[in-house]
Amino acid sequence: MADKKHIDEISGVETTGHEWDGIRELNNPMPRWWVYTFYVTILWAIAYTVFYPAWPMLTTNTKGLLGYSSRAEVAQELAAAKTSQMVYLDKIAALPLDQIVADKELNQFAIAGGAAAFKVNCAPCHGSGAAGGPGYPNLNDDDWLWGGDLESIHTTIAHGIRYDGDADTRVSEMPAFGEILDADQIKQVAAYVISLTGTPSDAALVEPGKQVFADNCASCHGEDAKGGRDFGAPNLADAIWLKVDGEAGIAAQVRQPRHGVMPAWTARLGDSTVKQLTVFVHSLGGGE
Amino acid sequence: MNMHADQNSAVDPVEIERHDAEAVMSAKNRKPLYEARKKIFPKRASGQFRQFKWIVMAITLGIYYLTPWLRWDRGPYAPDQAVLIDIAHRRFYFFFIEIWPQEFIYVAGLLVMAGFGLFLITSAVGRAWCGYTCPQTVWVDLFLVVERFIEGDRNARIKLEGAPWTFDKIWKRLSKHIAWIAIGVATGGAWIFYFADAPSLAVDFFTGQADPVAYITVAILTATTYVFGGLMREQVCIYMCPWPRIQAAMLDEKSLVVTYNDWRGEPRTRHAKKAIAAGEPVGDCVDCNACVVVCPMGIDIRDGQQLECITCALCIDACDSVMDKTGKPRGLIAYATLEEYQSNMALATNGNTTPIQPSKVRNADGSFSDKIRHFDWRVILRPRTLLYMGVWSAVGIGLLISLVGRDRLEVNVLHDRNPQYVLESDGSIRNGYTVRLLNMIATPREIEVTLDNLPEAVMKINGVNEPPARTFTVSVEPDEATTLKVFVTLPAEFAQSETQEVTFIAKDKDSAEQDSYTAIFNAPGAKK
Repeated sequence: MADKKHIDEISGVETTGHEWDGIRELNNPMPRWWVYTFYVTILWAIAYTVFYPAWPMLTTNTKGLLGYSSRAEVAQELAAAKTSQMVYLDKIAALPLDQIVADKELNQFAIAGGAAAFKVNCAPCHGSGAAGGPGYPNLNDDDWLWGGDLESIHTTIAHGIRYDGDADTRVSEMPAFGEILDADQIKQVAAYVISLTGTPSDAALVEPGKQVFADNCASCHGEDAKGGRDFGAPNLADAIWLKVDGEAGIAAQVRQPRHGVMPAWTARLGDSTVKQLTVFVHSLGGGE
Repeated sequence: MNMHADQNSAVDPVEIERHDAEAVMSAKNRKPLYEARKKIFPKRASGQFRQFKWIVMAITLGIYYLTPWLRWDRGPYAPDQAVLIDIAHRRFYFFFIEIWPQEFIYVAGLLVMAGFGLFLITSAVGRAWCGYTCPQTVWVDLFLVVERFIEGDRNARIKLEGAPWTFDKIWKRLSKHIAWIAIGVATGGAWIFYFADAPSLAVDFFTGQADPVAYITVAILTATTYVFGGLMREQVCIYMCPWPRIQAAMLDEKSLVVTYNDWRGEPRTRHAKKAIAAGEPVGDCVDCNACVVVCPMGIDIRDGQQLECITCALCIDACDSVMDKTGKPRGLIAYATLEEYQSNMALATNGNTTPIQPSKVRNADGSFSDKIRHFDWRVILRPRTLLYMGVWSAVGIGLLISLVGRDRLEVNVLHDRNPQYVLESDGSIRNGYTVRLLNMIATPREIEVTLDNLPEAVMKINGVNEPPARTFTVSVEPDEATTLKVFVTLPAEFAQSETQEVTFIAKDKDSAEQDSYTAIFNAPGAKK
């Protein structure tokens, strides 16, 4: 700040004492309306803290006279969203699955809702893209243990697989052939099974393996090893393997089979959500 | 002074050092932090520029208020409003042009053109935007007409301002503000019609059934129109608008600006006869202040170029009528370039060495000297303006060409990310895609979706109960985007590499208009 006040020659107005490159700032008063506008913004800010939650206190914060809270607003919006969905949810609850799929709008809603429910409930085992993993079925492909039509998928989701809590759950157990067959026979049957998928294997083992298979495995997996959906027996003659990779893996599975478990979902999610999940899984590309 | 006093005072007052200082905000020179507005009472002007402004006002207000009511037949599937910003459906209709959100680049192009148009106009003819077409100028002009109609012209208004609050004053003020607010409502009302079907919205609006956002918009625009146009007027231009601040960067010595020709007007005098008799030099300015009283910004153009001047040229009209009365040639205040002004100034002052000498610019008979420089329209066509014109036209032509040649049928394909591919039980490989068909005309169409390259692959569309094939026909809604979930399956033996290309062709069965999109087909080993 300059000690002496400086008066601008041309305008006769006092300068503020600020100077940049010889240019001085005139100390003109501001327009009155502008100052008032500034005061109004200050009042606005104070009023805002009175009417809305604002000041942090020791354990909580001031609630504001309007009683507004963003959490309550979200709850309200969620409730409103639920209500607006009820028209579809009611229809889904009432209609059989094939009619849901036939209704274009309802189908779209069910797929979207099913996709959301899938990500929360199913993705931990089946993966977010439903591609599964060793021991967890890939739901995108056309290989179905228990059937891939709407009804079969619905039954599987509703009642689960080998799930103790549901009387109607799907059950199938493969015996542990380690106690029934000797090591050579297991080796032979493994060689035979791998040959069914077109993978070359030891011809000396395949022939006796075929006999072992016919004697021990065909009753469930079928003469042609194509499995059976009545008891969830996997198709061994296709390119898709659920749990194992290669001959050694097959042998291990024959010796001591592993069985996955899926809970029944109706009790947890409700029938409407299970129906949406069914439609979603069916739409993934493998639905029959 | 006695000895006692000397002993009692510690220091002689004379010895105390005097400081040259003054308290901040001392009572002597305390200034208020703020200043009340000095009201301006513009007088009615008449003349060719005022006439021109009436015409511009009629055209601009006409365009603004009437455009939403123009109809344009687009068939049964699209709105029939000529100009419509359909936010709900994300479409913008402008006569024969329909713009989808992804085509918003055209609007960006228009903004670029508006920018260059502003450069062009400003460098050529000065602040014509401010003076004639700026909404603030147009509406203030309109508000002033109303004010003048109700309260009378300048002198009557000044008198009314100072008058006590009699019934007459209250009545006049009340009707003025009501008229202003009515204009504000009409202004806000016209705005909302650009965003919905005007006739049905008008009915809804007046029966109270319109969307709350319509009422809120009208309320806000009414308030801004009333406050900006009626109450704040010139203050909006001076304090709020950024445009005056950047004008200096756009004007050059060849741009037209409203100029007081002091080489001709000075020395000004109110007593010309006396001065001439006394042998003193006399300029053309009779110091009647006609130019000041008509100015809506309240400035004196004779002080030279000022930020506040919006170059509305009403002072030119006012001065010209005075010149007519005094029998002098018009144009004491005129549009002129800085270059002309300086050259004439140099002529009148002997190269800026003496005060203005009217005899230097005039011949003995009172006519102007041949050395006076007059405005030449050719200066408008200088490299700078030609460059602006070139860029402006290039952008315009580019937009037009791309507008004429743009696709009205589009296909976009998104490959599934999770999983990248699926192995089927027979060993074949399946990839999922989301195929989006954009039918950007207001007619339903039968679109043939065909797979190209990857000759062994077949596809299946979710929701279409037909055996896998390489071609499907899909009905697409008018002016809508249709999303299809498509699965493409390739027998294992044809998967030559981890990634191959597959092309989707969408073709209109009737017009043969087509578009294609090449996507990736993944096989085992592809990067996740």
